[in-house]
Amino acid sequence: MQSIRKEDVQQALDRLSNQQVYVHLESNQGAYTQGAYPSANKGPFHHTGVFIRNAGIRYSHGKITGDGPFRIGLKMEFGWVYAEGLTDWEQDDQGRILFVGYDLEGRLAVALDLSQQPL
Amino acid sequence: MEKHVLLVFPHPDDEVFASGSAIQWSQQGTPVTYVCATLGEMGRNMGVPAYANRETLPQVRQQELMEACRQIGIDDLRLLGLRDKTLEFEDLDALADRLLAIIQEINPSLIITFYPGYSVHPDHNTCGEIVVRAVQKIPVEGRPPVYCRALVKNAEQVLGKPDITWDVSEVLEQKIEALKAHRTQVIGTKNGLGERLSKQDTESMNWFRFEHFWIYKEAIE
Repeated sequence: MQSIRKEDVQQALDRLSNQQVYVHLESNQGAYTQGAYPSANKGPFHHTGVFIRNAGIRYSHGKITGDGPFRIGLKMEFGWVYAEGLTDWEQDDQGRILFVGYDLEGRLAVALDLSQQPL
Repeated sequence: MEKHVLLVFPHPDDEVFASGSAIQWSQQGTPVTYVCATLGEMGRNMGVPAYANRETLPQVRQQELMEACRQIGIDDLRLLGLRDKTLEFEDLDALADRLLAIIQEINPSLIITFYPGYSVHPDHNTCGEIVVRAVQKIPVEGRPPVYCRALVKNAEQVLGKPDITWDVSEVLEQKIEALKAHRTQVIGTKNGLGERLSKQDTESMNWFRFEHFWIYKEAIE
């Protein structure tokens, strides 16, 4: 993973447009919001989290915006894929594009992975 | 002396809740089997600084788990191949059947898992529930005892004092080294087990030193 440079990311997003891609999209606050560990005991907290894994999509164009942390929007025929808070990314040896946003303690808080094969 | 102990936990590093006891059994020559349901695929700690990512984390954590097992003395590790956070949505009766097959194969004298409903994380609670369901499929006279860890803050208020507390001071160093094998999760992290590991204060050390269990009575009656 490396810090996001918008120009590089934009090229990568363009490379996967207009074809079938598989998406992992996740917003994650962690499971230990009470009880198990000392730092988890911060009082009342409404825990939320979502993920979708291997949704098959096709986007006509994708764009990265912001000055860091960054936002990505992928425009589909009938809708959008959206992620915010992204800080780091990589293209791995399988051609997958992996984005992540770390929170202030260095933990993954948001993730967006794009792959031409199911993840 | 136990004949064969079965640990059933959902995530790599959850074995820390019984690893001191497991080290001691292993030292006494008691075989320990560990059924680990997932590879903690949805973990948020990627190492400090991050060297894993969402897609490589499962392989990294599998290697960490194998190293932890080597250090604990667990030579029979079974991975169920389920996905982190999804246990509660599976067909629990089918999962209980998979576990039952393992129980019937190894015939454990004791099973250790999380206390259903009192273990904070949905995967923990479901893991305990699957164990109980599996054991309840066995005729009463052949059921092994099930010892459960409970993690909710008010566990003692609801469940009473733990039925069993094992002091694992003698193998504390080894237990902590085995936990450190889960590098991405505990080395340099400021939360969860990493926080306990870095503090080194009396409260944290006692947390590692004493392993508390409640006997799940409905499983054996």
